[in-house]
Amino acid sequence: MIEFKQVCIRAGDFQLDKISFEVGSGQYAVLMGRTGRGKTTILESLCGLRRVQSGQIMVRGMDVTHWPPADREIGYVPQDLALFPTFTVAEHLQFALKLRSFHKTQIDHRVEELAEMLGIAHLLKRGIDGLSGGESQRVALGRALSFRPTVLLLDEPLSALDAETRDEIQALLRTLTDSTGVTTLHITHNTAEAAALADRCFHIRDGQVIEDAKTN
Amino acid sequence: MTEHAINRTGEAKSHRTRRRSDLPFFLVMSGISSCFILLIVLLLAADLMFTSLEDFKAAVMKPEIQSAFRLTILSCTVAALLSIWVATPLGYLLSRYRFPGRLLIDTIVDIPIVLPPLVLGLSLLILFHLPIGGWELEAWLRDDVGFPVTYRWPAVILAQFSVSCAFAVRTMRVTFDQINPRAEDVARTLGCSRGQAFLQVALPQAWRGMIAATTIAWARALGEFGPILVFAGATRMRTEVLSTTVFLELSIGQLNAAVAVSLLMVVMAAIVLVVLRVLGTGLTS
Repeated sequence: MIEFKQVCIRAGDFQLDKISFEVGSGQYAVLMGRTGRGKTTILESLCGLRRVQSGQIMVRGMDVTHWPPADREIGYVPQDLALFPTFTVAEHLQFALKLRSFHKTQIDHRVEELAEMLGIAHLLKRGIDGLSGGESQRVALGRALSFRPTVLLLDEPLSALDAETRDEIQALLRTLTDSTGVTTLHITHNTAEAAALADRCFHIRDGQVIEDAKTN
Repeated sequence: MTEHAINRTGEAKSHRTRRRSDLPFFLVMSGISSCFILLIVLLLAADLMFTSLEDFKAAVMKPEIQSAFRLTILSCTVAALLSIWVATPLGYLLSRYRFPGRLLIDTIVDIPIVLPPLVLGLSLLILFHLPIGGWELEAWLRDDVGFPVTYRWPAVILAQFSVSCAFAVRTMRVTFDQINPRAEDVARTLGCSRGQAFLQVALPQAWRGMIAATTIAWARALGEFGPILVFAGATRMRTEVLSTTVFLELSIGQLNAAVAVSLLMVVMAAIVLVVLRVLGTGLTS
């Protein structure tokens, strides 16, 4: 489903050189590594927000290396969530569907379904000011999953949450990914989180992506 | 000195530290700040004391001044609206993208701010009348397009726009600098083109900056004088705006009328600033 073939990415002072890895359809992959080693850079390259120097990025068997982000159909939840300050929660869930010119009844149905699944039905009319960390995370997840992407990218989705909320969102992630069958690439520092969620576990070491022997 | 005595001295010192007052800080800060506020208040008070209500009424009733008032309102509004139309995309491009020549464009935008106003007017005049291989911009606009500019009302607007737009661009650039570009990035992964991300995600966040930029552009246009005098002239009932009225009234020795018009401009500026600020605050809440 996701495949990096000899991809070189330069970002600031560091460079990822000829990285190659593959995540199969429906798998939940976790990418670990120390701060500043390029985990976010890999995610940004995959969703099209960062150019690669060379190599190929394949998604659903297609070479998307030079595709704009809008055409890749990849759901992305960045570390800072980047919710839209002028949107309500419902508008976040509707946004991608409106861009795809879905009919209003289809949009309403999908928003209802997502809100139910994420437990945010009571927040739909609210703006994003005053949402808790867990609620914001759920909205960002809903926004990324709204258009039924085949790939979901999560950049440290649990790092800013308290222990109880972290457990809730962790369970939610597992449920969501199992029920939707979305192929997921999740960045984390936390080994317990990786152990709880990952089908496949990758590490960045010395500029290379290496799969954990246990999951290989 | 005994240990007990040392402890007592230490306690006394810590007591003194706790009793330190913030009063000198506030006195110094507010004292320095009030110098400027006082200067402006005194300037306005002197104007008010110099003129009387009768002088003010007499000045405002003059048909020349009424005509200048109408042209001022109209030209400032058109210049401010044109400025915000140009400043929003330019401010966005300068804020979001690193492209060759960006530094040069950034510098060019600032030129109207630092250029002496008369020089700007002179430059506009030269631009419109410079013969290029027998072709002249003003002659082409006048004869072929039927829209003469120099020494007419469009020249007033163009002179005001040249300066006020530079201030609007600065404001819009700072506005977009303060908006997190990650939201636009995420919008693009959701299916937006760059244009849609700008229109649907960035622009709705920038409305307060747009109000500020329009206000600044309007206020700058109101105060514009030098470029208008050179490029549009100071023809009564035709290219006269209130800043030119002050100059014309002064030049014929009508000091009372000049001061009355100055006060009228102060009132206009204050009303626009207050209305736009209230509008801004109201929209926020």
